Amino acid sequence: MPMVEHQGRAKAGVALRAGFSVIVCIIFLIPVFWMLSTAFKPRLEILSIPPKVFFEPSLEGFVSLFTVRSTLTETQMVEYANRKDLTWIDKFALDRGVAIVGPSQYVNRVKNSIIIAGISTILAVIMGLFTAYAFSRFKVKGEGDLLFFILSTRMLPAVVVTIPIFLMYRQLGLYDTHIGMIILYTAFNLSFSVWLLKGFIDEIPKEYEEAALVDGYSRWQAFIKYVLPQSLSGIAATTVFCFIFAWNEYAFSLMLTSDKARTAPPSIPAVLGTAGIEWAAIAAGALLFLIPVVIVTFALRKYLLRGVTFGAIRK
Amino acid sequence: MGEANPPISKSGQKLVHRHLSDKALMNIFLWPTLALLIAMNIFPLLYSLYLSFTRYSAMANKPPVWIGLENYVKLLSDSQLWDYFQNTGTYVLSTVLLEMIVGFSLALLLRKRFFGSGLITTLILIPMMLSPVVVGLFWKLMYNPNYGIVNYLIAFGAGQGPDWLANRIPVSMATLNPILASLLKGKNLAMWAVVLVDVWMWSPFVMLLCTAGLNAIPDYLYEAAEIDRASSWFQFWRITLPQVSPLLLVAVLFRTIESIKAFDLLMGLTGGGPGDATEVVSINLYRTAFLGQFNTGKSSALAYIVLIIIIAASNLYIKYLNQVKEG
Repeated sequence: MPMVEHQGRAKAGVALRAGFSVIVCIIFLIPVFWMLSTAFKPRLEILSIPPKVFFEPSLEGFVSLFTVRSTLTETQMVEYANRKDLTWIDKFALDRGVAIVGPSQYVNRVKNSIIIAGISTILAVIMGLFTAYAFSRFKVKGEGDLLFFILSTRMLPAVVVTIPIFLMYRQLGLYDTHIGMIILYTAFNLSFSVWLLKGFIDEIPKEYEEAALVDGYSRWQAFIKYVLPQSLSGIAATTVFCFIFAWNEYAFSLMLTSDKARTAPPSIPAVLGTAGIEWAAIAAGALLFLIPVVIVTFALRKYLLRGVTFGAIRK
Repeated sequence: MGEANPPISKSGQKLVHRHLSDKALMNIFLWPTLALLIAMNIFPLLYSLYLSFTRYSAMANKPPVWIGLENYVKLLSDSQLWDYFQNTGTYVLSTVLLEMIVGFSLALLLRKRFFGSGLITTLILIPMMLSPVVVGLFWKLMYNPNYGIVNYLIAFGAGQGPDWLANRIPVSMATLNPILASLLKGKNLAMWAVVLVDVWMWSPFVMLLCTAGLNAIPDYLYEAAEIDRASSWFQFWRITLPQVSPLLLVAVLFRTIESIKAFDLLMGLTGGGPGDATEVVSINLYRTAFLGQFNTGKSSALAYIVLIIIIAASNLYIKYLNQVKEG
């Protein structure tokens, strides 16, 4: 009888915990819901008092995001409306008194973001893994100082480093280039990846590797066969963090690129319309920009949540 | 050892690998990283150290002029700068403390699996994935006193709640709700608003690290505690917290550093305003370096002052972290 009661109480506890978690989650996501809904709101609805939760969705924000528009006068509008070659987007814009002049830079900016963030993340994780392994398993001279040096590179405020790097890049012809940005982001992600991965590798027992070494495996083979598989969750977590950093980075991109290699973050706030800030376009840009990150995180969530594999290996 | 045979009898290629000494491998593993960091950090640091002793503008064609310590003397005797440091201190302490509490609580809450807990955890991670500058811009819309949702949600009508980002209490609020209005009057509401956004955005980061730490605690510790009939309070203080603390401290370290550097979010949200209410050092640094006269020399000096503070703070943390790990 006490046993049953105990189980009943445990079940109630889980239910309570689950309910509370759901509430917390909803509170946390209100701003995200608001962003989602703003992305689909017509301009007048965004500025309505009090704020509207229910509204007729519109693609105005997305159109503003992807196009450059100019306001039409009454006569121009009549003239424009009579043209036969209008697409649905043109007509959509016409209803709001504007004509689409051309595509916006947003598409190119996102493409740049994908290239720069993707490549720099891969480089930072691979180099970070090797370095973290070296720090974890070998007697490195001045290990503490070196680790501190690596961490200290992350402490530099972006604004500061940008000044000399700007001068250096201008000399080397790396200003506003993909390669320049990839090198920069790799360097700035390395400190994070080394520190995080070292933590994960430290918790993998050395005994397996040492046994492998005794059996005649080389250090490299032992690394590939034992350390790599066991640090997968650490690698996954590190990848996500590095990618998010590079994907969202704003200050460097703002100051070290102008057009060819400019990424999306500095350009989303720049989507300013004729009538003040285009909130719908900003929300739409932020939403589209968020999608790849959500995909990456959902794909790797098993590794993220499993955390340090150490416990599983012992069993 | 599974399917693989020990590679003693394999080809010469493998033997080369095998004969690669630990020392050589260590160098191969270490040096690319160190070289890159030296090129991208040591050089810029030395260069800006030199610039900090000069009068120089990055946009001018004139070469830097050596002026010794003048930049530092001017900066340290500037009383306004101390206000900015105070703002930074408030911002860092309140965000880091709140993020640790919220993040750790979230991790504890979601620790035991239940149906949908994985999905909830992943959903909570969304804020920290967003671009800080966009988050800042976005919350600016939400904080709007008339059509923003923040005042609406905490039950103020349009124009009847505080204008958070302007540090302003509207007259209509003072008449409708005099007690609350007098409580909020004169407070740095913009700072609270900014701190709230930072906490919203970065608590999930702390949660993620804490979850990793919690999952790594071996079950037998709790099982042993159960056998000894230890209370859950005791289990928390003697097992959970000590086991998680190394990762918790890593979280503190990274959040402190990021918080001292906070730039994107504030630029999007307040730009340092209203007046100087949320002007933290990094924003002031940006203003000095890239706005107005592009005072590169002076901003480099300010950067060095900030750098020394950050290094001192993180040195303390790392010492403490090592103590925890050894103890």
